[in-house]
Amino acid sequence: MAKIQNNKAWLLVLPVLVLVAFSAVIPLMTVVNYAFNDTFGNNQFFWNGLGWFEEMVRSERLHAALGRQILFSGIILAIEVPLGIFIALNMPKRGFWASLCLVLMALPLLIPFNVVGTIWQIFCRIDIGLLGRGMTALGVDYNYTNDAFDAWVTLIVMDVWHWTSLVALLCYAGLQSIPDAYYQAARIDQANRWDIFRYIELPKMSGVLLIAVLLRFIDSFMIYTEPFVVTGGGPGNSTTFLSIDLVKMAIGQFDLGPAAAFSLMYFLVILLISWVFYTVMVTRDAGGDS
Amino acid sequence: MQWTRPIIDGGWMAWTFPVALFFYSLGAVLVVFSILAIRFPETPRRGILGMQTTRGDRLFITLLGSAFINLIWLYFFGAPLTGALIVCLLYLLSVFRWV
Repeated sequence: MAKIQNNKAWLLVLPVLVLVAFSAVIPLMTVVNYAFNDTFGNNQFFWNGLGWFEEMVRSERLHAALGRQILFSGIILAIEVPLGIFIALNMPKRGFWASLCLVLMALPLLIPFNVVGTIWQIFCRIDIGLLGRGMTALGVDYNYTNDAFDAWVTLIVMDVWHWTSLVALLCYAGLQSIPDAYYQAARIDQANRWDIFRYIELPKMSGVLLIAVLLRFIDSFMIYTEPFVVTGGGPGNSTTFLSIDLVKMAIGQFDLGPAAAFSLMYFLVILLISWVFYTVMVTRDAGGDS
Repeated sequence: MQWTRPIIDGGWMAWTFPVALFFYSLGAVLVVFSILAIRFPETPRRGILGMQTTRGDRLFITLLGSAFINLIWLYFFGAPLTGALIVCLLYLLSVFRWV
């Protein structure tokens, strides 16, 4: 049976389209324009052709920031996803404790990014912070302001604290949708814990898990506020991620052209990865239905 | 009068004609594909990548891929992008033929 197609409904999208045009599309077009021009201020612009792109695509600085960014996102995902699944599996299924767990888990998600940064910045200080002082008292040589490794550990632990709940809550929702009959059947078949996880829980969770991975990836790939507050990109450049470097370039040095070229490449990378995720998700759903 | 000068001297955001031309073409392509999609509804097909694509998907893959082809060309060979555009054209034809 042929579905009735009525394309007039698209007109209802018009207001959003206008809004997005002003808040995103036109600014993005301006960025494209800036990427091809040079300015010394005073609203005077000079055409620079592909110069900035050529400079940026070969820039060691950008490569280093991209490398750090990929490393950071990789580590975050490798910790948060398994940990989130583990927490979701061990949360109470119903009753008072389930509600309490949900509320506690949701707390870190409600804290604004810069507050999270400030909390951890103070928490980890070696002169007044609980963690910093504690570590020093235990004889651990920890100082996130002058040791690159410590700075990385601090940022990763902070991100895990802030966002693992999101993965856990999404997985928990996925788990809740599994009917009891599945577990009963598994018990009759004498399936062990691993088999239940592998053949019942994981397949049922995979849809939300993919969304969790996508969200966590995009968020960590464009992370700015927390590292900016905690380490400011330092020590040296060791925690200067892409967006921090971009802001330094655009607003610190006021190199609009290179920063615009840089941000367009950054945008293209995010677009590519999001598209791959989206395609995988849609393909999987289509495969599941047929 | 160079064609790369700002369209309005000292004007807002210094719009230049080449960039405007790029967005006009992009808009025109989108409009053409929308009209095509309405006049000749698309049938998804499964290509060599093993996923279903419609005409619009293939356009998106072409545009995104072309952007990366140009950047990779810039990295290896530098400024004149003539060669990259030829590669993009071949890429476009193969995407619409096989993907």
